[in-house]
This record gives sequence, C-alpha cells and structure tokens, in this order.
Amino acid sequence: MMPLHPLLQVVDPQAPITGYTTFIIFSIIKLIVVFTVYMVAAALLTLAERKISAWIQGRRGPNRVGGRGGWLQPAADGIKNFMKEETEPGNASQPLFSMAPALSFIPAMIVWSVIPFASPLPTRWGRVDLVVADLPVGFLFILAIASLGVYGIVLAGWASNNKYSFLGGLRSSAQMVSYEVALGMSTIPVILLAGNVTMSQIIRQQSHSMWNVFNLTVAFLIFFVASLAETNRVPFDLPEAESELVAGYHTEYSAMKFSLFFIAEYANIVTSSALMATLFLGGWDIPFTGWDNAAPFTVLKTLLTLGCFLTKTGFFIFVFIWIRWTVPRFRYDQLMSLGWRVMIPAALGYIVLIAATLLVLQAIGVQPGPVHSFILLAENICALLLFFVMIDEGRIISPAYRRAREQRIVRLRGRSVLPSATEGVGK
Amino acid sequence: MAITVKRVGRPVVESSYLKATLQGMGRTLKYMFEPKITIEYPEQRWELSPRWRGTHRMLTKEDGKARCVACGLCPSICPSNCIKLVPGEDENGNRYPLVFEIDEFRCIFCGYCQEVCPEDAIHVGQHYENSEYSREGHVYDLERLMAQTHPVSTLWDATDPKGE
Repeated sequence: MMPLHPLLQVVDPQAPITGYTTFIIFSIIKLIVVFTVYMVAAALLTLAERKISAWIQGRRGPNRVGGRGGWLQPAADGIKNFMKEETEPGNASQPLFSMAPALSFIPAMIVWSVIPFASPLPTRWGRVDLVVADLPVGFLFILAIASLGVYGIVLAGWASNNKYSFLGGLRSSAQMVSYEVALGMSTIPVILLAGNVTMSQIIRQQSHSMWNVFNLTVAFLIFFVASLAETNRVPFDLPEAESELVAGYHTEYSAMKFSLFFIAEYANIVTSSALMATLFLGGWDIPFTGWDNAAPFTVLKTLLTLGCFLTKTGFFIFVFIWIRWTVPRFRYDQLMSLGWRVMIPAALGYIVLIAATLLVLQAIGVQPGPVHSFILLAENICALLLFFVMIDEGRIISPAYRRAREQRIVRLRGRSVLPSATEGVGK
Repeated sequence: MAITVKRVGRPVVESSYLKATLQGMGRTLKYMFEPKITIEYPEQRWELSPRWRGTHRMLTKEDGKARCVACGLCPSICPSNCIKLVPGEDENGNRYPLVFEIDEFRCIFCGYCQEVCPEDAIHVGQHYENSEYSREGHVYDLERLMAQTHPVSTLWDATDPKGE
C-alpha cells in the first residue's frame, strides 16, 4: 500500500507534529499570521498613542477619519507617507541611508518569532505550538537580535550627513549600549530560576510557581526601565531630543523612510511589552489556575490564553504610552549616571542575591513551590524598600548639581588662584 | 575680597524622583477619564463674549442708507490706518461716504472706530470667520460692511461700564 501523504494522515491532535512538510506549512502559516497581526498592531499603536496622549491632555484625539474613533487614521497616515516626496541629503551615504530604516525595524520584528503567544493548538495534523520557532536558545537569540537594533539608529545618524542626526546617532549608541548591559543582566535571575533559556520553559516554570514579577520584582523593574531606554521612549528619548537635535537620527528622513522609523519605534514597544509579559508575567499563562497549561489542549484554551497574553502585552504598551505623556526627558548626564551607577550595579547585586538565595534554599531543601516563591517575594519586598526608601532621596537621579565636599572646594579654590594672576591684578 | 556666589542646595528629602513620577502618573491617569474640553470647531462653536471685537459692520438708517456722515473720525483714530474714507455731499448738504473701505487684514480690532463714531455707524462685531483666498478679499467696501448681519460688539459691559 502506498503511504499516505503526510497532510492527509490523521494523527492524534495532542501529539507533537511530526514530518517536515507539515512543520514547514504550519511554520509559514504562523509566520504570515504573526507578521500581519504585528504590522497591524504597530500601525494601530500610532493611533493609540495619539488617542491616549489626547485623553491625558484633556483632548479628544483623531476623530475625523473613520468615525468617532478615528480608526482609519493609520491608513490615512500611511497613504500620506507613500505619496510624499523622498528627499535625500547632499553627500549622504546612499546605501546606508536607505538601509538604516530597515535595520532599525527588522530586529524588533525577528524577536517575535521566539515569543510564545498561546497554549498549543490541537489540529488534525497534531499539536501546533503557537510560537513561530520554539528555539532551544530562545532567550539568547532575543538578546543577540535585540542588540542589533542600535545599528539602524547609528547608521541613520551617520549616513544622513547632518550634525544633528549624527549627534542623535551618537547619543543613541551610548545609551542603548549602556542600557543593554543592565537589560541583559536583569534577565539572568529569570534564567537562574527557570534553569533554561527556552521561552516555553520559562513560561512553564512561571505557571507552576509564581509569576516572575513577584519572584523577581527588582529584576522586573530594571528590565522595564532598561527597555524604556532600549526603545528610545520618554524619559530616555535623547536620540531624538527635539529641543536640542531637531529630530535626532531621523532629521533627514522623509516619506515612507521616516514612517518606517516610526513603525520601528512602535514595533520595538510591542516587542518589549511582549517580552516583559513573557519573562515576568507568565506569558500566556492564565493566573490562579493550572487548567490552561495541562493536557488535553483545546481550541478554547488556545483562545483564552491568547487573550491573556494580549491583555498583558497591551497593558505594558499602555504603560509605555502613559509614561511618555507624564515624564519629562532626562538630561544626558543623568541618563548615563542612572545607567552606569544605579542600574548596572543594582542588576549585578541582584544576580548575586538571587543566586545566593537559590543556593541556600536548595541547601536547606526547599523545593520550588509556594514556600519557595514566598521567600523570594519577601526578599524582593525588602530589597525594594531598601531601594526606594534609602536610596531614592534625590540620589537615584542626581540633582541639578552634586555639591562637592567643603574640603574639596577649599582645595580647588586654593589651586585655581594662581600667584601670577593675583600679581597681575595688583600691578 | 573674593566674591562668593550663594549656592542653594536642593531639598534632598523632597526631591525623590520615583515618588514624584508616580504622583504624576496618577494625575495623568486621572485626566484620562475626565471630560474633554475640546470644542469640535466646525460642528460646535465657542460662545463669544458680547465684548468680542471681530469683523466690522456698518449700521443703516431706516431708509436703508449707511448711518455714516463721513466725519473722518474713524480713519484719523485708526492706529493701523486700515480705513479708507472719501467724503461726499448730496444736494441737501448732507455728507455721506463716497468710498468707505476697511482692510480687515490690516485691522488690529482695537474697536476705536466704534468708540469714536458720533453717529453709531461703524461697529466691530461678534464674528471671527473672515478668511479669504486673496489679500484683496479682505478689503470690505461699504456694501459689504452694510450687508453683515452678525451682532455688534458692546465694547464694554453696559451694567459695569467702568469695569468694576
């Protein structure tokens, strides 16, 4: 008997997919769906930002195109940007100039391929994991790709042949590189706790005990602040500080190239929010129930967990926008001092703390579970109290100037008043 | 003697960044759900004050002619020199304006013309939508000034003329 084509075979819906043809077909379908949803979400985010900013400022926001909600505003903006003239600065490096918008946009998009967005979907061809690629090195992949995002901005600044763009590019490279260290280090406790770098394993670990936001609150806060900086959002939007740099790295861009930078910013927000939801809020895990992550998997479970994931991601997206319309921009030295003198030492110290705690818990025989989580939570609350009450009294962000010690001032004064200068005045 | 600059230290206890940020975020969240103050312009209109000084209007007598007697007070008081008046006289010796034009583009809407007018003829009005496609379009002649129908400005509050 001739063997049936794999697509025609009916297998157990709960069993993982076998066979290359089915795997490839499902991968392509997932790719297309995720890409489409992602692009639409990024476009709608431009509307969401304008709406939320308007509401915060007591206005109504776009409400002319597409009914009272202004739903067609992203489409109108898109058409406008396609119709506009592409300008190119004189003596610009043309290949890099064209490549930069894509380079800033693509890394944000690629990261999505390893983020699981719902519980597995049973089909007649087997169980489909709802993640485009469940890489065994998922987490390292994210760190590797996310750090490529800086190239788009730096190249845009460099290729524009414009001093403002160049300064914006320089700033962003300094900012993104310094905050990436804190970002990477704040996630090490997550890996310590999960014992694995696969995204689905990190989610499973969280659904079995407590979400990492309770287990590792300090790491979550550091990750959150660092991803604000990584996405160049207020209060860390120094690369495009319009009061100093016109528009920073995208000063010279127009039409769809500019629009691509805009989309890239929102794409980065979506990705960062999804990452935070996955690493710290249990991904697609529905809280207070183990029902959703146990076999048998059903379509209902898939839909509910997808909704849960979208809610968590949406919440973080909202917080991103909310912060943008509340907080003013940092000064450059404050940004650097926060990054290097607070975030990185805090992240490092926290790694040591968590590693030591896990070792001690293992030594005294506390298994991962409620008690384990409770101990970690208590430790985090103590750390946070210490952090907020003791340190945050005008010291986390340095004040307008830091007053030098009296002795030092006297010494500096003594040195600056040179004998020749005073003699010159006397004569 | 060395000149010293007084250096003011920041209040350390009150300069917590996190607390202030959280307070600010609470405030912006509160504003998000408060009623919006936008007036959606083409559909909704701002209610003008009775003292609003906008587009001019020439009032008329019962016989439909302009009340203006071409005395020349308004062009002489006009600070932006936007009123053009050529006086004429009919067979009964009554003066009337041969040419009376106001350039709304030059006008600063001070209302002096209305204040100075002895015949209660020229007025600034409660009206503001006077955009045009050309500069010439802003020059209102006598017919156009007489054809305006909007309410005229009171310039001051009649119940409280001294602004007390």
